Amino acid sequence: MTDRRSFLKNVGCLVVGIPLLNACGDVIASVPMQDQLPGSLRRDASIDSWIEILDNNKIRVFTGKIELGQGITTVIRQVAAEELNATLEQVEVITSDTERTPNEGYTAGSGSVKGSAMAVRYAAAAAHKKLLEMASDQSGISKEKLHLKEGVVSDEHKTYQGTMIDLLQGRRWETEVRIPVPLKSPDAYQYVGKAMARADHQKIVRGEPFFVHDLEFSDMLHARVIRPPSYEAVLESVANDTDQPEVDIVRDGSFVAVVGENEYEVVRAATRLSSSTRWTSPRDLSDFNSLKQDLPEMVDKTESVERHGEPVTEGTRFSGSFYKPYIMHGSIGPACGIALFDAGKFTIWTHSQGVFPFRSALASMLEVEQEDVHVIGLPGAGCFGHNCSDDAAADAAIIARKYPGRHVRVQWSRVEEHQWEALGCAMRMDVEATLGADNKIRAWSAEVYSDSHSTRPNSDAGTLLTARYLEHSTALQGRGYLGGGHRNAKPYYDVSTLDIKAHFYRGPLRVSSLRSLGAYANIFAIESIMDEMAHARSIDPFTFRINHLQDERAINVLKKLQAMIGDLKRDNREGVGISFSRYKNTDAYCAVGVHLKVHEQGEVSLIKMWAALDAGEVMNPDGLINQTEGGMIQAASWTLREEVVFDKNHITSSHWGSYPIFRYQDIPEIEVALVRPPQVSPLGGGEAATPPTPAAITNAIFRATGYRVYDLPVDPKKLQS
Amino acid sequence: MAASTSIIVNGKTFDSMSDPSTPLLFVLRNELHLKAPKFGCGLGQCGSCMVLIDGRTVYSCQIPIQSVAGKEITTLEGLPGEEQKLHAVQEAFIECSALQCGYCTNGMIMASIALLDHNPSPTDEEIKSGLQGNLCRCGAHARVIKAVRRASEILANQ
Repeated sequence: MTDRRSFLKNVGCLVVGIPLLNACGDVIASVPMQDQLPGSLRRDASIDSWIEILDNNKIRVFTGKIELGQGITTVIRQVAAEELNATLEQVEVITSDTERTPNEGYTAGSGSVKGSAMAVRYAAAAAHKKLLEMASDQSGISKEKLHLKEGVVSDEHKTYQGTMIDLLQGRRWETEVRIPVPLKSPDAYQYVGKAMARADHQKIVRGEPFFVHDLEFSDMLHARVIRPPSYEAVLESVANDTDQPEVDIVRDGSFVAVVGENEYEVVRAATRLSSSTRWTSPRDLSDFNSLKQDLPEMVDKTESVERHGEPVTEGTRFSGSFYKPYIMHGSIGPACGIALFDAGKFTIWTHSQGVFPFRSALASMLEVEQEDVHVIGLPGAGCFGHNCSDDAAADAAIIARKYPGRHVRVQWSRVEEHQWEALGCAMRMDVEATLGADNKIRAWSAEVYSDSHSTRPNSDAGTLLTARYLEHSTALQGRGYLGGGHRNAKPYYDVSTLDIKAHFYRGPLRVSSLRSLGAYANIFAIESIMDEMAHARSIDPFTFRINHLQDERAINVLKKLQAMIGDLKRDNREGVGISFSRYKNTDAYCAVGVHLKVHEQGEVSLIKMWAALDAGEVMNPDGLINQTEGGMIQAASWTLREEVVFDKNHITSSHWGSYPIFRYQDIPEIEVALVRPPQVSPLGGGEAATPPTPAAITNAIFRATGYRVYDLPVDPKKLQS
Repeated sequence: MAASTSIIVNGKTFDSMSDPSTPLLFVLRNELHLKAPKFGCGLGQCGSCMVLIDGRTVYSCQIPIQSVAGKEITTLEGLPGEEQKLHAVQEAFIECSALQCGYCTNGMIMASIALLDHNPSPTDEEIKSGLQGNLCRCGAHARVIKAVRRASEILANQ
């Protein structure tokens, strides 16, 4: 497939003008003019990058995104089949591969529908139009009288019939998508917007190989890496394990790995070797044991995010200092990567969220040209942000370099994944609101303390954990994405005087992007204060919020949630709490409600959770509901259970015993309703339910007990009656 | 290297040359190429590796092959059912879209089958307790509970 990629590079700017079509055939309608191409077409507008017609007249669609359980391959298939009037079976989807698919950066930020599905929609529509034009040229029939269905263009009486592959005659599209593009009218949709079973579910429930973890090559070597006792430890000596002829030791600086043909022998040897490996004294982390209190002293950069309005002197002040600890992605499948070094080139199989940026980091670490690294993305376990996939694949590449011609598979252990993943950072949010006598918020200020929210792979080799331990080591150069810290720090409510500041600190632990970044913590703080004010003035929490909103769509999700919860009977020590956010203040609207009970000993049982969500145009409603349920359950687990702890050396939350997450007995009844206004663009929904969940829980705890939670996770000891 | 260990997987006998202390999971995945059981923790905490042994769920990452010699081991690949036909629990998982990433699904299905064999019409609380040994991070739990209820109906009508 290198040919295809190099072809794409050489396409240049072959542009065929696309005049605006009026009604065209039975289902094509003209669409409103848009001033720019949607999503990833802005990076790559060539139809050939997205759509290929195969010899059997089937359609192959390329996406730079990876399947991580969010269902993007199903959505891409729906959209492509829709615009090309094909059956779902006619469409296959190829995901993230540096030599086959377009470069769409990372699969992150609820951006796959907005980025990739929209690109495929427009590319497929442009391809549809091109097919009609070619058929018209071939048949002499005007294109308005032709239509495409299931891979065949024909006229009404079928006097003319041409298959897609015959029309193209092996040629490429050689056309860029240019707006306006005639899109199918939503009234005629067969697949989009309808609940769609995911095709990959068949494979998964049958237990067929599906994940990168399941990939196997006959010559494959297994490897395990021996991690240092702390982030900054340097290897002094490693024992020469001479009584283990079946395994090799690969050492490069402080990077040590055990390699062999039998995976369990490798595991055993690594365990043995690990105890005899000597490291220099690590940095002492015990100075960081009271982070909430110490964060203001650790700040090395402050940014004014937004400030406007006159100072307010009158009114009642409501304030709180809120805290969210380090939390984990906690992927159920620890990272796995496979690498082959052959004839000077690397081939890598990974569940990376961004095969192109990862390739750039890897090429930099290996000191080779990017063209000499082919990265193939395959599904991994749900990752919820930047986890260890890239690191495991980078480990494999370093080892593979020593075994030319052989596939090397690195599987991380559970303890490695827990201790070495890039966590969601600890954050403190000091919020103050001033409420007027008329129950209107006059002023709002927030001081947010945050570390980085993305140290994802990029051209800096130091973004890969592996690179930091090599003989020619590369430390992480930059701070990564700081803006994530103040995501949603500004309330979506009407406030005339506003002052939002972000303070950045460098914390002791490795951090990066975790689902919704800073929004989870910021909305927790905002919605707690909102609840406090509503309660103080004896105003219903829905009404209090709606009184501060202009946006009808925001009001509608709150009203929908109110209707869902209805008039609930509550027993002693039971409470109902609500919370709302518009993700990033520009994306999906989500209101979450929680009904819970606080037991005498302080443990919290969730009884029911509700969400009302408006994510704009919805491609696969069941997929979105599934994501929303999952987002609420995961965030509830963070809120009630999760905190990464560490001692003077390293993280001690090293497995599911010391870092417990929700199990089945913690799971409440759950109900999600989609609010679907007509004629709206997709807003991306995968993260929308995460931010409103914590305050919905802690507000319900407040209603049940009168105790206001400021520090996460909720501490049952403080809730004892 | 010790002598071979004979195990019975999905009705077929297999002689493994691996050390008898090797956890069953490694033999299933690497020697028998059965990829349904997954490596999730290697500590018996998450259930991704679950198989059935004599009808009961077992964490295959925890059990050495020497201790399962001669016992009937069933993996997801070996569930009873005709060619191409799914077990009621598999069918229900698809019908209810009871998964997201699917990494834990092997264990969820195996634990559900063991539960329903033992208790054909469980209450929600009994389902939760039956699946308590299986972790899911995507948060598909509520759907899995629904799928087990659905599977119970399908089985009752078979």
